Amino acid sequence: MPLKSNANIILTNIESIPGREILEHYGIVNGSTVRAKHIGRDIMAGLKNIVGGELKGYTELLGETRQEALDRMVEQAAALGANAVVNVRFATSSVAQGAAELFAYGTAVKVEEA
Amino acid sequence: MDRATGQLIELAVNLGVPLVMLGLGYGIGHYREKAHYRSIKAREVRLLKLPVTNFKPSKKDLEGRVGTLVAGNVVIANDHFKRFAAGLRNIFGGRIRSYETLVDRARREAVLRMLREAEKMKAVMVVNLRVETSIIGANAQGGGGAVEVLAFGTALLAK
Repeated sequence: MPLKSNANIILTNIESIPGREILEHYGIVNGSTVRAKHIGRDIMAGLKNIVGGELKGYTELLGETRQEALDRMVEQAAALGANAVVNVRFATSSVAQGAAELFAYGTAVKVEEA
Repeated sequence: MDRATGQLIELAVNLGVPLVMLGLGYGIGHYREKAHYRSIKAREVRLLKLPVTNFKPSKKDLEGRVGTLVAGNVVIANDHFKRFAAGLRNIFGGRIRSYETLVDRARREAVLRMLREAEKMKAVMVVNLRVETSIIGANAQGGGGAVEVLAFGTALLAK
């Protein structure tokens, strides 16, 4: 599942935005989501657990959830007046049985316009 | 039906169901793993043209390029037989090969999906690759056996 930024904010996981100079730093921005899987996906996953292989439902679920966390981070950056987030990182932790927290964070910056 | 036959049927069910599950896991799981490895290897060869590094790009790499985040993820579960075999391993200790192939497949698959994204946007290389692995509680009994891998990096594109 590809992760997407909104059109106005550039994301990278390196310290710069290639081809642009960083003009201003706004500090850390982050976004997090906690989500539980739903029962239908769980039943399918239970069957898949016998024969092994990709659990597509979970792949999608985690992809969507991570996208949501990223969206929140991007929103925060936009609110600060940033037009890019550098050094984006992700973290995953299970906070309860069947629920996962997905977390995205990075440094909001303003870069020169292209 | 006398008592002896009843007990026999009960035994057959109690023993038969787990055995069938193990058999299914062994047969289908083995076949699917082989097929997955074939597909991984083929795609890896195809994507060799797209270099990927796990360090920051040099000045030269960045010249005349723009960059954007790319990511790929996958959740893969082990089959029932391998989970059972790993359980036995836990008694004697030692290498659990069945889980090594599970995480290996998941990592390579996630990286390939990330590279596919990069390829779609016509990237020339992917820098600063990071791979993260987490365990997904796959069933209510807490018997995990499924891993999620996220691979992400910065795709560099010609301006």
